[in-house]
Amino acid sequence: MGARYVGAAVARVEDPRYLRGEARYVDDIKLPGLLHAAFLRSPHAHARFRGVDTARAAAMPGVVRVFTFADLEPFLKPLPVFGAPPPGLAERIRFTIRPTVQYALGPGIARYAGEIVAMVVADSRARAEDAAEALEVEWEPLPAVVEMVAAARPESPRLYPDWPDNVAVGFTHAIGDADAAFGAADVVLEERFRIQRYVGMPIEPRGVVAAFDRRDGTLTTWNSTQVPHFVQQGLATALGLPPGRIRVVAPDVGGGFGTKAAGYPEDALIPIAALALGRPVKWSEDRREHMMAAAHARHQVHEIALAARRDGVILAVRDHIWLDLGAYSGWGIVLPYNTVAHLLGPYRIRNLQVEVAAVVTNKTPSAPYRGAGRPETVFAMDRAVDCLARRIGLDPAEIRRRNYLGADELPWDLGMPYRDGNPLVYDSGDFRSALEAALAAAGYAEFRGAQKRLRERGIYQGIGISGYVEGTGIGPFEGATVRLDLAGRVSVATGAASAGQGHETTFAQVAADALGVPLDWVTVVGGDTAAVAFGVGTFASRSAVNAGSSVHEAATAVRAKLVRAAARLLEAAPEDLTIEDGRVSVRGAPGSAVALAQVIQASLPTFARAGVAAPDFEATACHHVPTVTWASAVHVVRLQVDPETGVVTLLRYVVAHDCGKVINPRIVDGQVHGGVAQGIGGALYEELVYDEHGQLLTGSLMDYLVPTAMEVPPIETVHLEYPSPRNPLGVKGLGEGGAISPPAAIANAIEDALEPWGVRVTETPVSPARLLALIGSRRTA
Amino acid sequence: MKPAPFAYHAPRALDETLGLLARHGDEAKILAGGQSLVPLLNFRLARPAVVVDINRMSGLGEIREEDRQIAVGALVRQRRLEVWAQQGFPLLADALRYVGHHAIRTRGTVAGSLAHADPAAELPALLVCLEGSVVARSPAGHREVRARELFVSHLTTSLRPDELITEVRLPRLHTGAGWGFLEVARRHGDFALVGAAAVVSLADGRIAEPRVALFGCGATPVRASRAEAILAGQPPTPEAVVAAARDAAGALAPESDLHATAEYRRRVAQTLMVRALGLAIGRARGNGP
Repeated sequence: MGARYVGAAVARVEDPRYLRGEARYVDDIKLPGLLHAAFLRSPHAHARFRGVDTARAAAMPGVVRVFTFADLEPFLKPLPVFGAPPPGLAERIRFTIRPTVQYALGPGIARYAGEIVAMVVADSRARAEDAAEALEVEWEPLPAVVEMVAAARPESPRLYPDWPDNVAVGFTHAIGDADAAFGAADVVLEERFRIQRYVGMPIEPRGVVAAFDRRDGTLTTWNSTQVPHFVQQGLATALGLPPGRIRVVAPDVGGGFGTKAAGYPEDALIPIAALALGRPVKWSEDRREHMMAAAHARHQVHEIALAARRDGVILAVRDHIWLDLGAYSGWGIVLPYNTVAHLLGPYRIRNLQVEVAAVVTNKTPSAPYRGAGRPETVFAMDRAVDCLARRIGLDPAEIRRRNYLGADELPWDLGMPYRDGNPLVYDSGDFRSALEAALAAAGYAEFRGAQKRLRERGIYQGIGISGYVEGTGIGPFEGATVRLDLAGRVSVATGAASAGQGHETTFAQVAADALGVPLDWVTVVGGDTAAVAFGVGTFASRSAVNAGSSVHEAATAVRAKLVRAAARLLEAAPEDLTIEDGRVSVRGAPGSAVALAQVIQASLPTFARAGVAAPDFEATACHHVPTVTWASAVHVVRLQVDPETGVVTLLRYVVAHDCGKVINPRIVDGQVHGGVAQGIGGALYEELVYDEHGQLLTGSLMDYLVPTAMEVPPIETVHLEYPSPRNPLGVKGLGEGGAISPPAAIANAIEDALEPWGVRVTETPVSPARLLALIGSRRTA
Repeated sequence: MKPAPFAYHAPRALDETLGLLARHGDEAKILAGGQSLVPLLNFRLARPAVVVDINRMSGLGEIREEDRQIAVGALVRQRRLEVWAQQGFPLLADALRYVGHHAIRTRGTVAGSLAHADPAAELPALLVCLEGSVVARSPAGHREVRARELFVSHLTTSLRPDELITEVRLPRLHTGAGWGFLEVARRHGDFALVGAAAVVSLADGRIAEPRVALFGCGATPVRASRAEAILAGQPPTPEAVVAAARDAAGALAPESDLHATAEYRRRVAQTLMVRALGLAIGRARGNGP
């Protein structure tokens, strides 16, 4: 088995259909008799409501049915929740976890503006919207809880009256002896950082189509989701059907980023409507709904302190962390513990003390988004490190040299569990080398000279660094089925649904190499529960590690079956056979080669004879992944600040990263670029802004500013391959990484550019107005 | 995000269009490029009973060159004017490249942007700076409305509900005049946080006929008349420019919103006015591009 495709910059096989406009998304699904749903959503951030008067709406033209809580009560189960601490973690840390119960349709109370109150089904979306407007609800507004730090105090109004406060997940955690380290420190740096609420904003919003087939009692639902098998399980619970009667298909999905990995009310409501009405029903989320009803993300406050020696060696970190979860806590420890587990990153620090409060507020619920706690925690840590460097007069690169772990120190055991309950041990990598590689690629040393000369001409350029270490590929498994047809062509099915990442190419590369067939013999299907029985889904930089390993394992098993059959056919020993380019031959005797099709056909019985082997050229694998493998990167950005307007222009962006064995460098580059673009959004542009009443002020893409190609500078990547020892392919996850460091690197570079004035950036996004205000206060001081 | 119900008309003849507008008055909205109206309809922020689509009307798609001005028909797309202007009217091309994105300019019309009257938009400011005008037609006849009379307030013009802009008139710059057009936006293609358009000539080494319009910092584009008076007849020194810009910024009453504070807009209006005048003076001297 040679690595002919793995490692090669193979062109993405899915791109022609995307580029030609031939991709098929949920909204492209049209069925005979299709009805359309629209929702009445709460206009209030926090309010009780009494009854929904549906009479006027139900009588409007084209309206088929109006559903309220009362109509659907028997079907409405609490939405699925995730993130209970596994054994190994629960023993080590005492979490306070207060579950929130969320229904697809609110029973008399809305806890965020945008929560569903009623569903209208009509013969067109426009008419459904007309009728939704005509629904009459008697509201009784309650005080809105908006700001997370205030919300965590016991005197705050509460979302859940039977709780003592608004803290849904709380814990403290320590390693080493932070008190002693702080006591012995030469320097203590304290700073407060705020990371705003922002989110993935996929180009395709969510969407659901459902059709119930009375003939065989099966439900098929098309859902723009990253997690078809989770949606299937949720529906099995809600509808009381066995999973085999529910087929969930994620067709082409136009971006996910975590937004589409959550369980949503609409996932259940549209199938329920299809069942109740006996007709297929569609809901296509529009952008306005997406802004208020699809999960939000990020949004943390850190009060961080570093203890250090005079020479810049960091001894200990203390951090008091608040997370704003929005109205429901569907993810348990995932976000708060991710934040803690990634705080120390590439730094050699043995003492840590944290206090964490994940708080519910009257805002749209949050979910993990590309990075899931890591961009926030890296922002706090890397900003603090730059502040420390400035305080003691060290260059930001030099302080990192003195504190980053090198290859000689790995594996590195942090002395705490990871989120999966297993020991948190960095398995491989070289963070110091990554730092030097990124600095060299960015021309760091030369820039320092140029920077001085430019400043004399009134041009303010800066350079910023941020690094991270990321637990990737969380298990416990992903399902993959590999199957050959009569011609030896290969179909690969996995539970790892693609949202554009290039799965159809990368998994084909893995399968083609394992089987010994040409790449274009392999077709990859993701996102169809009928194609693979067991699955988890695509999130948390997990698909290359989990699905990749399972594809490899299943394809290897199929290869063994082919070899066994071919050995009979060729009357050779299995160990003497090789498969290359879709042909089996006896090693060293190319003349013996037969096509795989011949081997397969010889395995089928004919009237004259039985087959040479069982005609079973199929295998399923759920490769076990007990814990994560650690990817890492260092980002360096160069930018220019106009001190008269506060406008920041990015000039160059360098990423030196380790994602283990690179399956496809072109796809890796694309993933890094996309992540960096979203990180730039977080650094400079994107923010979901609420007013003091809990009303979302950024309700459209005119106000929520996603960076465009014009705002993203050239991005250079340096691939550093430290193969993972934790899976058969040696790969690490990479989907999220690009988005982790840009906010910290860009904020650091802005401070670097404005170093003469000592400007301190403590929150993002760094808008021109925010930056000019900072410059103004320092210049006049 | 589907519009509330409305009646749709797509007249071809001017009489028919004007008749519809006269009949429906306030209840009707004119659809040209649709780049502002369609989002407003889909958000149900605009709920007209009647939409009058003028895209099938003939005779409104011309750019007519006259001696002292150009006349731009109501259906001329921004992108077409931009391409046209790259040869003979660089200020126009400079301003138009800030309007949305290529795709938006390919649909959006020049007249539509003026009728929409967003105070942060480029074309209204340009019309004010150039002392241009629009021709408005109604069943009663036609009239020419000058820029300074056209813009009344945020998204509000002095046009009557029964009037249709049929033509936009943009005076050419005098020979030897220089121009500057600058804005700061959150992203390329966004509405300006604040912007400045400036035109100056030089006569005997002194500033002549300065015209400055600031945008994104008031309910309409702001003509900096007093600052122009300060500049007129002065030598084109940085000090004179700064003094005029400070005066203009001091007279502004900008508002705060999600993207910038009023204070930001005032300060940056001053900065951009200085820079735009600097560009204009440089070009008038023949130094500039």
